[in-house]
Amino acid sequence: MGYLLRRVAFYLFTAWAAITINFFLPRLIPGDPVQSLIARAQGQIDTSAIKSLYILFGLDNEQSIVEQYFAYIGQLFRGDLGLSFTFFPTPVSEVLSDSLPWTLGLVGITTVVSFLLGTFLGVLAGWWRGSWVDFVMPVTTFLSSIPYFWLGLIAITLFAGGGGLFPSSGGFDPGVVPSWDMDFVWSAVYHSLLPAITILISSMSGWVLSMRNMMLTVSSEDYITVAHAKGLSERRVMVSYAARNALLPNVSGFALSLGLIVGGTLLVEIVFSYPGVGFQLFQAVGAKDYPLVQGIFLVITLSVLVANLFADLIYLVLDPRTRKEG
Amino acid sequence: MKEPVLEIKGLNVDYGLGEEAVHAVRDVDLTLHRGEVLGLAGESGSGKSTLAYGMLRLLPPPGVIRSGQVVYHPHDGEAVDLLSLSTAKLRRFRWAEVSIVFQGAMNSLNPVHTVSAQLCDVIAAHEPRTTATARRARAKDLLKLVGINADRLGSYPHQLSGGMRQRVMIAMALALEPRVVIMDEPTTALDVVMQRQILAQLVQLRERIGFSVLFITHDLSLLVEFSDRIAIMYGGRIVESARAADLYKQALHPYSDGLLHSFPALRGPRRELTGIPGSPPDLGAMPSGCAFHPRCPKAFDPCADTMPLLEAPTTHPGEDRNVACWLHAVERVRG
Amino acid sequence: MAMPTADIMPMLPPAGQPVPATKKRRQRRFLGNRKAIVGLFLFGFFCLLAIFGPMIAPYDPGKRGDELLISPSGSHWFGTTHLGQDLFSQMLDGSRSVMLVGIVAGVVATVLAVLIGVTSGYLSGVGAEGLSALSNVFLVIPALPLILIITLSLPDTDDMTIALVIGCTSWAWGARVLRAQTLSLRRRDYIEAARATGESTWRIIGFEILPNLTAVIAASFIGTVIFAVLSEITLAFIGVPGVSEWNWGAILFWAQSQQALAQGAWWWFVPPGIAIALLGTGLALLNFGIDEYVNPRLRSGATKVRGVKMRVGFTPVLPAKGAKR
Repeated sequence: MGYLLRRVAFYLFTAWAAITINFFLPRLIPGDPVQSLIARAQGQIDTSAIKSLYILFGLDNEQSIVEQYFAYIGQLFRGDLGLSFTFFPTPVSEVLSDSLPWTLGLVGITTVVSFLLGTFLGVLAGWWRGSWVDFVMPVTTFLSSIPYFWLGLIAITLFAGGGGLFPSSGGFDPGVVPSWDMDFVWSAVYHSLLPAITILISSMSGWVLSMRNMMLTVSSEDYITVAHAKGLSERRVMVSYAARNALLPNVSGFALSLGLIVGGTLLVEIVFSYPGVGFQLFQAVGAKDYPLVQGIFLVITLSVLVANLFADLIYLVLDPRTRKEG
Repeated sequence: MKEPVLEIKGLNVDYGLGEEAVHAVRDVDLTLHRGEVLGLAGESGSGKSTLAYGMLRLLPPPGVIRSGQVVYHPHDGEAVDLLSLSTAKLRRFRWAEVSIVFQGAMNSLNPVHTVSAQLCDVIAAHEPRTTATARRARAKDLLKLVGINADRLGSYPHQLSGGMRQRVMIAMALALEPRVVIMDEPTTALDVVMQRQILAQLVQLRERIGFSVLFITHDLSLLVEFSDRIAIMYGGRIVESARAADLYKQALHPYSDGLLHSFPALRGPRRELTGIPGSPPDLGAMPSGCAFHPRCPKAFDPCADTMPLLEAPTTHPGEDRNVACWLHAVERVRG
Repeated sequence: MAMPTADIMPMLPPAGQPVPATKKRRQRRFLGNRKAIVGLFLFGFFCLLAIFGPMIAPYDPGKRGDELLISPSGSHWFGTTHLGQDLFSQMLDGSRSVMLVGIVAGVVATVLAVLIGVTSGYLSGVGAEGLSALSNVFLVIPALPLILIITLSLPDTDDMTIALVIGCTSWAWGARVLRAQTLSLRRRDYIEAARATGESTWRIIGFEILPNLTAVIAASFIGTVIFAVLSEITLAFIGVPGVSEWNWGAILFWAQSQQALAQGAWWWFVPPGIAIALLGTGLALLNFGIDEYVNPRLRSGATKVRGVKMRVGFTPVLPAKGAKR
């Protein structure tokens, strides 16, 4: 339990760090984006909205920076991430609630699947070393060096658009209305296949490589020799003794790399115009929609932290050494 | 004369292939008899562990068995050369007939499985028809055998002390009631008190179950107390083998003599502690002739030229011992 | 993206290998490693390209021409853009920006990683714990959004600023690995001996610890360069201002915004992607070379030597030849 508590404390600390970074950065932006926005909106916004924007951007010169900071945190806890510039006056939180599920679905599922598949292949590659499996290594290395989004572009060229197998953009067919009926669900799944496959191919290779290396390192441990001496079946030694132990550093590696994965997969969304958070980030950057960019940064960071916590929980289950019973 | 249960004939084990190969075990002949404790002593790098693991083909790459035979005589049925068994047959053979108690139990137990799982899985692998309950019951008995409480079945290796882990290894080695148990430095990593306890336990178990033991260690003093026969290894070869009492009374090979004089005797007349000057040979660059001659206080002419063979000493005819030293093959040198 | 295992576990060479490795053998092993050589070659190629590229470009990359959006031909090896600009020249010109940002960011990040990682590994106490916590924070926060948000907020950005930003946010991985290595080195006997005899901390770190960390530092540097290259290209692709004009990511940005895909102009986005992949592969291979050099267990080869199959758990028995001693 001590392990878990320490991890939670760490994540809270990191969340605080992210929030603080978010607080200070806009104060570096020159000029007064809010004023120009207000000028454009010409009095359509009410004063409380203006006030929240001011707090967000620290333009309220009457308060000291400390007071601004606490006001900002208070705002966050109420779920107020400010108003988006491009979708003015829609609050950022509302904009995000539309796009977040798409990303969670696509990215979440493909990341987990690619980790599982990659790890499985890595176990085989590490165990049956020296056979044809070794030829897979250079291919996988090359694939893992390709930027995700470029692979997406290629995929679209080859398989989509104008009579291709897959739709080239969007999360669902333009004519279908989002709801939970079969039409929509099917359309959504269909549209997510190509992006998903792109992400899978790019990220899986990383896992294959690290799992393979861990298997090789673990294979020279004493308990593997003991397992062989015990006359256990090849499968049992490979799975219960080798893979089970090789998995541990990879699970922590997975947790740590979530931040990196997020970066890559966001780009896939851009390439496919997939209506997720990544695509939104792209548009927000182009439109200099600071509140939206900040909101996305926070949301992404917090999601990664939560995912990390899950991975830590799984690690706790897998490695008995982290559980200190009485 | 007891019948042999394990006969090693002309075993050569290398690390690597071709010219760069290191010859770790050279032309070893060794016989383990039924019910006996055979001690195998030598410094690190002498090849004793390589011999033990090589026997069962457990050496990691780049280990290779170059030549030789390891003949096992089962209870009933024909003798079989372990080195000629197929992988599947070797797997069935391992642990059921010959098991190993590994050294450094710190890393020899799988850290993510409970003690019970590790005891039961070997039973399940060799006797698939047993039920889980029956296996657990046997695991409990095995732990009792080595003096560990049954509530430790659910513990993980990191929750056990060093001595306990070693006892679990011993229990595990006896799970299938093998005929031969190889013990590779089973007490080296433990403190002296624990060493004594574990050895006492081993003696008891042997009396009860009656397996033969190949006891490998660098600590000759343990062997003198504990074993029936002792074989000394140096530079990958057996240089002397004799009954424990005979060896203790008088070691014929200068190396064995040096080893005996490296530790104080608890009982009997006081002896001078000497030790052996120099360091063990580099297996990749062995001296010519007898491997020990650079360090030997009694080296003479033939020692640097020709390697002595492991044979009955001409100077002590009739005793059940072998030594590879020109001092004791004087007539053959002259004749 | 591939992460060598070296990063996950301390990878000091295992003890107990029976064949002694002299220094000459070690060097031969590293350079003789095919992967390392290929990687070195690729990396060197791109470095040369970065230095000489803009000079040998046949056209001015920004110059508009008459032949709009043509596929690769004799006069335009990589074809042209929608404005008639020569893509080959753009690629050559951009290579300088790509490599420069990548290497500078790599250097900055590695220096930070060494400073923070080794210090927090060697010293103990609140300071060290604090540094460790700091690196964990930077590790967990997703790098790309962070870089994005920083570069957007800064008033002027150019290649160098972006390199600095990337360098200052991506040191955490290396710091963590170096910390783990330093911790395990610190417990070794010769370090304890040095401390006991009163050698000053800086001397110990400089002369005893750092030399043992060179392989890890090299691997960390290469890893960061890979990451930096991908990040800057991503930033350019998204349209973050400040990245040099013909950075490969920028080329892709234009390709995307001009709907190169829809128009079937594959030559616009294929070369940048392949170039990135080749550079990344080269660096990754170099890293594997280092990985295998340090951790001999990972070396391939010797699995089937002269027809003898080496296998864990089942030592091969050589077939009987004529009786020989």
